[in-house]
Amino acid sequence: MDTLLHISTLHYLVLGAALFILGVIGVLTRRNVVIILMSIELILNAVNLNLVAFSRYWQSIHGPAALHGQVFAIFVITDAAAEAAVGLGILIAFFRNKETVNVDEVNLLKW
Amino acid sequence: MNPPVATPFFFYGLSLIMIIGGILVITRKNAVHSALALITTLLAQAALYLMLYAPFVAGVQIILYAGGIMVLFLFVIMLISIERNMRERQFNKQWLVGLAAAAALGALFVAVYTKTSRGITLFVEGRMSYVENQNTQSIADLLFDRRAGQYMFAFEIASLLLLVAIIGAVVMAKKRI
Repeated sequence: MDTLLHISTLHYLVLGAALFILGVIGVLTRRNVVIILMSIELILNAVNLNLVAFSRYWQSIHGPAALHGQVFAIFVITDAAAEAAVGLGILIAFFRNKETVNVDEVNLLKW
Repeated sequence: MNPPVATPFFFYGLSLIMIIGGILVITRKNAVHSALALITTLLAQAALYLMLYAPFVAGVQIILYAGGIMVLFLFVIMLISIERNMRERQFNKQWLVGLAAAAALGALFVAVYTKTSRGITLFVEGRMSYVENQNTQSIADLLFDRRAGQYMFAFEIASLLLLVAIIGAVVMAKKRI
């Protein structure tokens, strides 16, 4: 009970792992490409939560100016924005050609 | 510099919102509902960032995700027709294999966390609190300052990545160039 009531780094890590697994389930089982991209956003946010929690841990050792984890989280957010823009552009091009958004009908390179 | 109040209550409440939002994202038939659940999850996560003394990252999370990326998602959902897609099968044929793989990954996480968390003292909330009004300045020091910062080059590379992403998105989405 004591470990449950005193929130530590591990609580945030467990929450991040749960979100990561939800994102993986979404990527692996859904057919709609839009929802697969949203699941990838869930995965990136789980990683960001871990980074910021570890940044707090690092602050508790090296003082309040040691914010490397938060800087990394900002870089990950930048990557997420770039990935969403390019992914949705590819999705629009694909929908224009094949009139579908289902990922298992993307089979031009299959043999 | 006040110590935080009622940390377990807020942590577990926000965690519950995030988990329910994540489950709704991957189970809803309508993509618009998934997008709204994802916004809820991201806002709860911004509140968790505030609890971790990261107000700048929390602000960036709200502005960029809820304001930028989710608007992009909703635009694309509007452009493609979802009425036909909602009547189709939502999960692919390999969903059982996917669930098994995700369960294996979860077992790996549980094994690693139970094995390594024994005997390690990580930070405990409430033992130390920081002033939040220096957070943004400290991040800017790390990013831009010549002496303290080592992320200047990575910052420039990130701006190049954004340029490439803009050009790539325009090239992909344009009908003819």
